[in-house]
Amino acid sequence: MKFGVIVFPGSNCDDDMVHIIGQVFNQKVEKIWHKETELPNFTTEDCIIVPGGFSYGDYLRSGAIARFSPIMNAVIEHGNNGGLIFGICNGFQILCEAGLLPGALLKNNQQKYISKNIVLRVETNKRRLTQYCQTNDLLTMPVAHGDGRYYCDAETLQSLKDNDQILFRYSNSQGETTETENINGSIENIAGICNKAGNIFGMMPHPERASEQTVGLTDGQQLFMSLMELKLETAV
Amino acid sequence: MKDKVSLPDFSVAQKLGLTEDEFQKIIEILGRVPNFTELSIFSVMWSEHCSYKNSIKYLKTLPRDGGKLLVGAGEENAGLVDIGDGWACAFKIESHNHPSAIEPYQGAATGVGGIHRDIFTMGARPIAALNSLRFGDIDRPHTKHLIKGVVKGIGDYGNCLGVPTVGGEVYFRDCYNQNILVNAMSVGVVKVGETMSAVADGPGNPVFIVGSATGKDGIHGATFASADLTEDSAKDLPAVQVGDPFQEKLLLEASLEAYTTGAVIGMQDMGAAGITCSTSEMSAKSGTGMRIDLDKVPTRQSNMLPFEILLSESQERMLIVCKKGEEDKLLKVFDKWDLECELIGEVTDTGRLEFISEGEVVADVPAEPLVLGGGAPVYDRPYEEAKYYSQLIDYTESQITEPEDYIAAAEKLMSSPNLASKKWIYEQYDHTVRVNTMKTNRHADSATIRVKGTDKALAMNVDCNSTFVYADPYVGSMIAVAESARNIVCTGGKPVAITNCLNFGNPYNKEVYWQFVNAIKGMGEACRKFNTPVTGGNVSFYNQTVLPDSVEPIYPTPTIGMLGILDDVNDFLTLSFQKPGDIIVLIGENKFDLNSSEYLQWNHKISNSKAPSFSLDQEYRVQQCIIKANEDKLLESAHDISEGGLLNNLLESCHENELGVDIHRNQDIRLDSFLFGEAQSRIVVSIDKNNLQALKNICQSNSVELVELGKVTDTNIQIDNIDFGNVGKWKTLYNEVIEQKLD
Amino acid sequence: MKFIAEIQIMPHAELLDPQGKTVTKNLPNIGIHAIDKVRIGKHVELEVEAADEAEASEIVDQACQKLLVNTIMEKYEFTLAVLA
Repeated sequence: MKFGVIVFPGSNCDDDMVHIIGQVFNQKVEKIWHKETELPNFTTEDCIIVPGGFSYGDYLRSGAIARFSPIMNAVIEHGNNGGLIFGICNGFQILCEAGLLPGALLKNNQQKYISKNIVLRVETNKRRLTQYCQTNDLLTMPVAHGDGRYYCDAETLQSLKDNDQILFRYSNSQGETTETENINGSIENIAGICNKAGNIFGMMPHPERASEQTVGLTDGQQLFMSLMELKLETAV
Repeated sequence: MKDKVSLPDFSVAQKLGLTEDEFQKIIEILGRVPNFTELSIFSVMWSEHCSYKNSIKYLKTLPRDGGKLLVGAGEENAGLVDIGDGWACAFKIESHNHPSAIEPYQGAATGVGGIHRDIFTMGARPIAALNSLRFGDIDRPHTKHLIKGVVKGIGDYGNCLGVPTVGGEVYFRDCYNQNILVNAMSVGVVKVGETMSAVADGPGNPVFIVGSATGKDGIHGATFASADLTEDSAKDLPAVQVGDPFQEKLLLEASLEAYTTGAVIGMQDMGAAGITCSTSEMSAKSGTGMRIDLDKVPTRQSNMLPFEILLSESQERMLIVCKKGEEDKLLKVFDKWDLECELIGEVTDTGRLEFISEGEVVADVPAEPLVLGGGAPVYDRPYEEAKYYSQLIDYTESQITEPEDYIAAAEKLMSSPNLASKKWIYEQYDHTVRVNTMKTNRHADSATIRVKGTDKALAMNVDCNSTFVYADPYVGSMIAVAESARNIVCTGGKPVAITNCLNFGNPYNKEVYWQFVNAIKGMGEACRKFNTPVTGGNVSFYNQTVLPDSVEPIYPTPTIGMLGILDDVNDFLTLSFQKPGDIIVLIGENKFDLNSSEYLQWNHKISNSKAPSFSLDQEYRVQQCIIKANEDKLLESAHDISEGGLLNNLLESCHENELGVDIHRNQDIRLDSFLFGEAQSRIVVSIDKNNLQALKNICQSNSVELVELGKVTDTNIQIDNIDFGNVGKWKTLYNEVIEQKLD
Repeated sequence: MKFIAEIQIMPHAELLDPQGKTVTKNLPNIGIHAIDKVRIGKHVELEVEAADEAEASEIVDQACQKLLVNTIMEKYEFTLAVLA
């Protein structure tokens, strides 16, 4: 399995992803420039990472311009063929704009950028990204976003629930998903979802910023190891 | 020579801010009367901002090389420090005070953009940003407006650029009501030997302008002096410069990529005085000249005059000198990043700057006389001791009423916004991007950034208690350096070098100049003591409040940005108590000293006290104890005593792990001074009880006093048998003071 | 009387509009090449209670000057209509 990290103009978590995947987990990873139109080196076994940042300055709407970047047709095709795609933060926004994931990410309800460590409650471990977690596990990792309020209509929400697509909710350290912990006003505290087929994932918090002892947070490792299907004892 | 109107006389020069002598000197240099465009060039290059004419004499007395410095102050855009393992660090701080007072959002944003450009034009990748902010009374609606704008401006720019904002300081004092201070610092890393210079070597080499188009930004002074100004032109003058962090991100990546092609000879950011400053400084450094065709400069507005193009301060632009014949390599990189890269001229061997418009030479001036260190004027301003200085009072026990209710006094003090958590501010800054930030969830006295590819980390902070500097410019500035170093040491690092941002009032005011001269003296002395040379920085004069019948300068504020190195990431120390039962020890000397404390200012409304007691030698020895104790792995936490005194220090150390303390005075010092005094050179550490003797030995061998204060407990704050209650209560207060005022 | 105000807020013409510039540059990505010089502003609608149109205009103008518009960065104009 290998990883491709898309670089849009304004992406700024691309280097972080390459570092974590390559240096911490010792997996094959390469950057893919947004002007490419194909993904010839990647099969559906492989994972395309759509990293965080401010693609195109987040002008107009977060992800709106990136969604039409040349590479996106190939990314959409990769997803439609069952290939793995993982969007974090701005990447999640882009995947929603591109229609690969349902819903949209709106401006935080307090109208301010939020950068801090939060607690996530794992809602399901039946999906690839969370397969090594237990349901109701609590993971600590940073968020850093201005447009992170997940929104979808009632029908979509119901279908997310019916199909076990809700991966994470914002929670307190006791595992309660209260309104106080709902940092950006997301519908039902939703912090991360996947598509129905379970090959495309999006989340606002940054697991790559919580995957090394040096930075003081390691909970993100569980998600990468699930995604990579690494044996637990290979944890760094 | 093309000149639509008659040559300017002194009255025009005066409008441009030049003195009679300066005007005569220009005529002498050129051997003729300059035309308006040329006069404009001299006026901006000889402005305070570019020439440092009123400060350079004293700045040169600061230690500017030695230690781990690879490049000294003034040699490049920023100093360069050897951090080992083949890596170097470039860092610098700069002010954007006046633009931020006019339009806080754009002013602060463009300040951040400018300082990062200084770093990446050296070939270094910015990996951290810090800022030092000073506002007026937080309860004033205008202050709230300024805070919100500045914070959002810093956040939006840095967050988009993807450089974590990892540290800073924020103070609220009435002297900044009109004139806020916004000082931004950037820290970058580069492999030794891969740095870029701002040079223009090799006559015949092509000169490119890259990045944004040039608009009529930042040229007000010159424009209003221009006899050539049409009404049409004046109408188009933007009041502010707009920052575009997205453009800057592209410029950052493209610049770093351009270096790797080998086609770049030199590069310089366009900050103050835009094309004029970058062409003259690069040429002067190489002893060359440039011929620039202004018609080829991409402009945002259609009706721009030559002097407007030359002086424009439009953001996100760079000047690049390229190897002749390798232009394609350069163009390919900038094309990849969708950035404009226009050939506008070439390097010459004449030592002159020739600017051409519509086929005619519109200005022809020698480069060397324009620049700092070349022919720019240098002044020694007269100064005299400020009148207030001799009237300051050394407050003794009898002059301060002891509080009857210590809990109430503590609650009052802790409600000062100067002591409260700044999380309302820093939670709007992305501080974790680039995955190097070590103190994300571990509070420490300095920001600490791991350097990928090495075992090392960089510690960094910005510090200046301007109340101390006001009370004694000489001692206060020493304290600013000392406190920065103390904060590095308390994070497990060793101080290496500083950058400074010198914010003062009007240098033509003799008392202000006295503050300036003494501040530099104290700073230099402290830097020599800690072996932390000055790598560069910035001077900002004219920070003042204009009242109907007087002009009040701000408190002199020489902000120190310090860099330290942790030889091993595992040397990292936090300020938080770790577990109940650990012993709490104060390293340094306790005595009655409430001078210039936040307690006197906030609780007693006293603002005429002397600076707190300070000895540079004692400070140095205290810091050596911490360095040694950390090397021997004796310490669980370390936190220096600063604003708010010992009580604030202890509470801050309790917050993170929600622990308590049991403290006993055991000393003949009145409790108010014990709790709230800000005598310098004191550090509180917590240690496992088995390490106490080893720590005592270290202190003894450094002739430093060690005071056993008590121990870490479960959750209660108990001091001298006064029950200050649960830590939770104090944590809530700490977190909510600023939030409640701003949300 | 109740009026409805429609306020158009635009960045000053001479100021750089990074958002508009970026949108302009990227419209070709979706196959549209004929558009140039995009500038992006805000549209605000609000209701105002006033004795007559002159007073309504005065109130809206104040709201613009003091809060809705950053006059250093933006210009504005508005229309008023009587709310049925």
